[in-house]
Amino acid sequence: MKTFAESNFPGRLIAVEGLDGSGKSTQIYLLKRWLEAEGIKVYFSEWNSSELVKSATSKGKKRELLTPTTFSLIHATDFADRYERHLVPLLRAGYIVLCDRYVFTAFARDVTRGCPPEWVRGNYSFACAPDLTMFFKADLDVSLNRILEGRPKLKFFEAGMDLRLSPDPYQSFKIFQGRILDQYLAMSKEFNFMIMDANQPVEKQQVIVRKLVSEHIDLKQFKRRSPLPLPPALTADRDHHHEGEEDKAA
Amino acid sequence: MSDKSTHRFYGHGIPGVKSEDLGGKLIVMEGADGSGRSTQIAQLVDWLETGGRPTVQVGLKRSTLVSEELQKAQEGNVLSRTTLGLFYATDFADQLENIILPALKAGFIVLADRYIYTLMARDMVRGMDEGWLKNLYGIAPIPDAVFYLSVTPEELVQRNLSKNATLDYWESGMDLGFSREVFDSFLKYQAAMSDAFRQLQKTYKFEIVDANRSVNVVNKDLRKKISLLLDKE
Repeated sequence: MKTFAESNFPGRLIAVEGLDGSGKSTQIYLLKRWLEAEGIKVYFSEWNSSELVKSATSKGKKRELLTPTTFSLIHATDFADRYERHLVPLLRAGYIVLCDRYVFTAFARDVTRGCPPEWVRGNYSFACAPDLTMFFKADLDVSLNRILEGRPKLKFFEAGMDLRLSPDPYQSFKIFQGRILDQYLAMSKEFNFMIMDANQPVEKQQVIVRKLVSEHIDLKQFKRRSPLPLPPALTADRDHHHEGEEDKAA
Repeated sequence: MSDKSTHRFYGHGIPGVKSEDLGGKLIVMEGADGSGRSTQIAQLVDWLETGGRPTVQVGLKRSTLVSEELQKAQEGNVLSRTTLGLFYATDFADQLENIILPALKAGFIVLADRYIYTLMARDMVRGMDEGWLKNLYGIAPIPDAVFYLSVTPEELVQRNLSKNATLDYWESGMDLGFSREVFDSFLKYQAAMSDAFRQLQKTYKFEIVDANRSVNVVNKDLRKKISLLLDKE
């Protein structure tokens, strides 16, 4: 799997991965705010967000129609749609694209559901690897507590209920998340995950995130060009207007 | 129907499904629109059921899960090739797990109006990698027979026009930009599809059936071949 840089894309892709409740979304949001403030061309993309595929996915989830195979394929379809229509054009235009979850989410989750790893990886092989992947590793109990504290109503597939691990959704969720974590850790070397200690305070983690990003990516190459000067006619027009306003004020 | 034959998969198959559990027969009819697939299948179903054999039919874009969404997406022609390919694969997998596999387990004869080969050929014509497609469709069971109804592009044009008075946008490959003229595009696209099928023929064995002949002659031919298959039990 080649990275976007190795495939000669002018843009760069940064992905965050981790369990639900690992704090990765907060970290990538803060990273985005910083990059924007630095005047960098940045775009943020979320897992499972393609408009076109959404209605099929939510029908499948609501009516519990999905098997491990169709669960995997429909998420691959969703990813492909975002990849081909958003990510590739943006990366060709020299953007820094931030992804809250990338193909590794599918690798970990679908394999936990029983799909063969080579099959899942093969299906996603049209995608380049991120130029930087940060994996937020929190103690399993910490992530579970963050999610389960409010006793939310866990959704069927989210809790891994389709795997019949336990009739209790909370118990099922715990076992399911534990297995996903094992899958993530098993692939972390192969895909060059930068392991982040997600038990640390948010702001300390963010300092490390920003440092890692600036070490891996030459950020000044991705600055927006300063706003274009207005064409002469308009400039004159605006000066004129300006004078007029002064007159009025006078 | 007690049945000694089992079905292997092209690749790893479906998690949790054992090939020993799959009996029945899987018979696939391939060919372009206008090659007579559905007419032939209808006649075969009559013949098989009259003879006391239970049948089930599947085809493309018929899944509960995504057929509606897939139709909508195609009407707007907004999906890129990888996305469309995976969407069709999802449609196939949903029917595979909910219809084809249960029917084979119960010893039915499954008649498929097109199968993974059309999906692969369409994607190949659109530049997708053959290796990628083979991995993707490793979920599919190997059929007992695949009949490719072969009709010359010129004859297909005549049949489609006499039936619908128009050529279908997708069956003409208009998304590929071969030509702005639907007539020219249809001929070029169908020729490209035949090439792709010929390429797939190297790996997957189809029986090529000359479907330029009349419906009844073709059906007699198919019955003979299917009888041999059923007699093997």
